[in-house]
Amino acid sequence: MRRIRLGAGAGFSGDRIEPAVELAERGALDYLIFECLAERTIALAQQARRADPSLGYDPLLEARMRAILPICAAKGVKIISNMGAANPLGAARRIAEIAAECGCRGLRIAAVTGDDVLELMRARNAEMEETGGRIADLGDRIISANAYLGAEPIVSALAQGADVVVTGRSSDPALFLAPLLHEFGWRRDDWRLLGQGALAGHLLECAGQVSGGYFADPGFKETPDLARLGFPIGEISADGDLVLSKIEGSGGRITEATCKEQLLYEIHDPARYIQPDVVADFSQATVREIGPDRVRVAGGRGSPRPDALKVSIGYLDGYIGEGQISYAGAGALARGRLAIDIVRERLAQTQVAATELRFEIIGLNALHGDRLSRDAHEPYEVRVRVAGHALSRQEAARIGAEVETLYTNGPAAGGGVVKSTREVIAVASAYAPREAVRPSVSFEVAR
Amino acid sequence: MKLREIAHSRTGDKGDTSNISLIAFEAKNYPLIVAQVSAARVREHFSELVHGEVARYELPAIGALNFVLRNALGGGVTRSLALDAHGKSLSSALLDLDIDPDVAESNESKEGEKTL
Repeated sequence: MRRIRLGAGAGFSGDRIEPAVELAERGALDYLIFECLAERTIALAQQARRADPSLGYDPLLEARMRAILPICAAKGVKIISNMGAANPLGAARRIAEIAAECGCRGLRIAAVTGDDVLELMRARNAEMEETGGRIADLGDRIISANAYLGAEPIVSALAQGADVVVTGRSSDPALFLAPLLHEFGWRRDDWRLLGQGALAGHLLECAGQVSGGYFADPGFKETPDLARLGFPIGEISADGDLVLSKIEGSGGRITEATCKEQLLYEIHDPARYIQPDVVADFSQATVREIGPDRVRVAGGRGSPRPDALKVSIGYLDGYIGEGQISYAGAGALARGRLAIDIVRERLAQTQVAATELRFEIIGLNALHGDRLSRDAHEPYEVRVRVAGHALSRQEAARIGAEVETLYTNGPAAGGGVVKSTREVIAVASAYAPREAVRPSVSFEVAR
Repeated sequence: MKLREIAHSRTGDKGDTSNISLIAFEAKNYPLIVAQVSAARVREHFSELVHGEVARYELPAIGALNFVLRNALGGGVTRSLALDAHGKSLSSALLDLDIDPDVAESNESKEGEKTL
């Protein structure tokens, strides 16, 4: 039975580029797929596009395309990515220019649009799941609203002969499901196959996280050569048989354990993983090693797709101000605690308008709090961290500034102050009726 | 014995919800984690960090449990003041639980067990 080989070229926007090049060169791939859009990335991209209308796509798009386009064009490997972010049309134009510069004339680049539903969500004054508030409540703080599109527009682009498909917000597994629908012509109501295809996409979408990345734990989970981690390949047949593998000689490993960890990554109810194309069911999935770095994952199922599409709303939510200072040697922890007491009192005394504050000691209780760290040994050095949320940049900046004054006003021998202030781009979820969201596909050709 | 010796774990995040998987290295130890790592125990372990309910899902086919912790990420990854806003490090805290190698009798409900 014919098998399709899907390579995962990136698991997030800032991911390594060399493993994708290795896959393109040696993976005997049919498709190379780059998932680069985290929850709030698109809101940041929308801000970039407002500042410069030609931007708003992934900042690494150029570097990635220059590295892989000539190889993929020569080998006939098709590329799918959500690197279009807030500007898939701009991304497609830029890719066409890069392709032309690389000598890939005639390359057809498709842009999938229609995920931007800001006007629709404004008109519907949609409710947000997390806050219970409505879009209108956000006023001019709203930045973006993007629907999670399914595989269909990508399938349509491939059917029209696209060599590269670039989207904005799509469901991550849909980037992988689309080539399977295109190649195998799976029925759109074959929920078992769609569930298995979503399982393939889910396992591959974080790239190195299934091939040994984010897995190593010395003494318990040994993982070789992470500096040369190989990204995964999914081999899939028309009946949904799925085998995960990687390039021989690359770093990392693919085992039952690495696949199981990724299978449950960001999953809530494993029987109901809601995707635009299917409600996938991973609860009966099986994972079986069939050779070195070769694992078969079977048993993905599904039930009918939802009527509504999830929409990610990005909005401005005030500012975070932060300051840090270090203490070391004898009495470091006591001096760190004294520093916290002083800053806490100063922020109250000077009436800094923080809506939320957090005081902690990095090296002791910053990640898991006081309760879980209660039996910890006293560290040789500690780093005090004070962070707070405020409605204005000026107020937020006062938090780090107060930590800085510990230099001449605080406990002895504090060093290495760092302070920062950043705007908060928050994300909330809403829903839009499927029929109100209208994806479309347009083409650029490299000349 | 520590849970870390018989199981591994990874944390994922969506908004203010964290999920922590717990996977037995060997199938024979799955009954141990089913019996001893209840949603209530996980809720208690993370009581300082998690302010919502904890649900547990069982996946016997791969020898794994999946815990879903609500109101667990400081109001949500995008606005949290936490150093580890995603809660990525929570899996390491789960693996620090003590396990009695002799208690494998299941006293858990089958699916979607929840605790407040």
